[in-house]
Amino acid sequence: MRQRQPHGRSALAPALRFRALLALSLLCVPASGAWASQAGETLFKVCANCHEIGEGAKHKVGPHLDGIVGRTAGEIEGFKFSEAMRKAGNEGLRWDAAALDSYLEKPRDFIPGNRMSFRGMADAAQRKQLVEWLLARSTASPAQDVTRQTADLTGPSRGFADEVLKLEGDVELGEYLSGDCVTCHQPSGRADGIPSIVGVPRDYFVNAIFAYKTNVRNNEVMKLRVGNLTNEEIAALAAYFESLEPN
Amino acid sequence: MRNFNRRQFGLLFGASAMALSMPAYLRAQTKPRVVIIGGGAGGATAARYIAKDSEGAIDVTLIDASDKFTTCFFSNLYLGGFRTIESITHDWSRLEANNGIKKITGMAKAIDPAAKTVTMADGSTVPYDRLIVSPGIDIKYDSVPGYSLEAAEIAPHAWKAGPQTMLLKAKLDALTDGQNIVMVAPPNPYRCPPGPYERISMMAHVLKSKGFANSKIFVLDPKDKFSKQGLFAEGWEAHYPGMVDWMGPDVHGGIKNVDVAAGKVETDLDTFEGALLNIIPAQQAGQIALDAGLADDKGFCPIDPASMRSAKDDAIFVIGDASIAGDMPKSGFSANSQAKIAAMNIRGDLIGAKVFPAKYSNTCWSLIATDDNVKVGGAYEPKDGKITAVSNFVSQTGEDATVRKANFEESLGWYAGITSDMFG
Repeated sequence: MRQRQPHGRSALAPALRFRALLALSLLCVPASGAWASQAGETLFKVCANCHEIGEGAKHKVGPHLDGIVGRTAGEIEGFKFSEAMRKAGNEGLRWDAAALDSYLEKPRDFIPGNRMSFRGMADAAQRKQLVEWLLARSTASPAQDVTRQTADLTGPSRGFADEVLKLEGDVELGEYLSGDCVTCHQPSGRADGIPSIVGVPRDYFVNAIFAYKTNVRNNEVMKLRVGNLTNEEIAALAAYFESLEPN
Repeated sequence: MRNFNRRQFGLLFGASAMALSMPAYLRAQTKPRVVIIGGGAGGATAARYIAKDSEGAIDVTLIDASDKFTTCFFSNLYLGGFRTIESITHDWSRLEANNGIKKITGMAKAIDPAAKTVTMADGSTVPYDRLIVSPGIDIKYDSVPGYSLEAAEIAPHAWKAGPQTMLLKAKLDALTDGQNIVMVAPPNPYRCPPGPYERISMMAHVLKSKGFANSKIFVLDPKDKFSKQGLFAEGWEAHYPGMVDWMGPDVHGGIKNVDVAAGKVETDLDTFEGALLNIIPAQQAGQIALDAGLADDKGFCPIDPASMRSAKDDAIFVIGDASIAGDMPKSGFSANSQAKIAAMNIRGDLIGAKVFPAKYSNTCWSLIATDDNVKVGGAYEPKDGKITAVSNFVSQTGEDATVRKANFEESLGWYAGITSDMFG
């Protein structure tokens, strides 16, 4: 019988814990150690844009990764997963070293329709380092309130973003303006080469817009689209996209 | 003085005047009817947005002659072997199932603006309260001397995706080393400004992939410059050195005659021979728009830039390639963007939905070679009586390969996005 993992920060079921240890031991090859650990940490920097791991981790654009080993896919409190990810979990996908390795190689192919906008890591050795690093940190405890869904963002545009976050976004205006976004960013939450922005926390959304406005992020299409947006329009879009649930 | 549209006019005069001029469908308590001619990037998007956003308050009927739709965008990638024809072919079944849209498969032959009906080829009529005309382009065969509808079966234009595209691919794939291609490029304005040059790139990619060292592609262009020219020229030199020979009118002097049977294109300068001729003539709005009197003397349809409403008829909107959309290029992206503005204004007309100020956008990605993709885009607003570019960008020459590869990934995401925005 398949065991459902309880929500939140509860301990892993014994069977899962065993599986996690097994997965870990399989990965404990001579390449591990301080050097491999540092390589894993470096590789995780890309992931860290959207994911937290370690003591007190919270959800960002992606779910926190504490307890990832043994976690059933698409099943954690306070995060809006894609239908594809939930379905994978319902069909029995649990994250272990092998599953993480396959997923990270090309997320779009492993679970078509999932929300994670990461193209993939082709290098098997790098994936191994990263998965090993994840496994080593996976036992940390997340924050009490993982659902707060605000990203801890810094940067030159922080002040602009704060001004917008004081505004209450007009969802109706946001829905109209979103017509410009959804030609590429699918409202279903699918990420087929263009990131999903469905259900993205307001704080993150607004800061990302200012990152484009100030050239911190440099995609020309995005810079063009956001260049003429007013504060009210940004607040409206952020409120609208936060209100959406992925299919 | 500024022009008021119907809705603003109504607001200006107040509710009592509105009640007196209340349209018949409201008095009769039946649902207002929107009919859409053409199920492409403009028509399908408009149908979906009106149905979705009016939540059943508006009756939406979509007319298209076909039961499936092959997108012109990405059809060059099919020529280059990067996509299958199936992967760029869609239908409207999800719009029917999920949005309650009625799809009529048949040819719309005529519009009667006085009776507010569309007449179908079988003689039946479809009444409307608002009509969206989104027929795309028609090919002006006689704009190239010697070319014709029949000649297109030998020398395809392939500027409407479907059988013509498949014919062009079959002929491209049948070439042997040393055989040449001659393309006659279209004059402005035409569908997809970078399209002919992306197509040249994809043809060159196929020839290069087969190791053909002796085949050439001659491009006879009636324009002295074209979209993303610097980027394409750089890409052709880098990927296909010596293969592409582009000539503007100052070089070839003008197209004198095309003889498709002999595989010859005669110009002022010289006669060019090719085992494959790809003739892309001048274009105009779909014939039904011209017949209905919606076009100007140049063959495209003037619109109100704030709403996409026809300048000739208040109850008709023209979107996509058939419209005169100011600074916007004729592209699937543009049509999709215009469709949303038209849909919003029609909901404003018929059910009093809020109408926000129009904003339009466009981006066109072009593939030059594997993982080498360039893009151009613009943001547009109604200004000075037309749709006017307020900002734009274009890829730079000499960009890093990782940027170009990321562009390609982005274009795949865009294709998945826009087709789901159109077809549900």
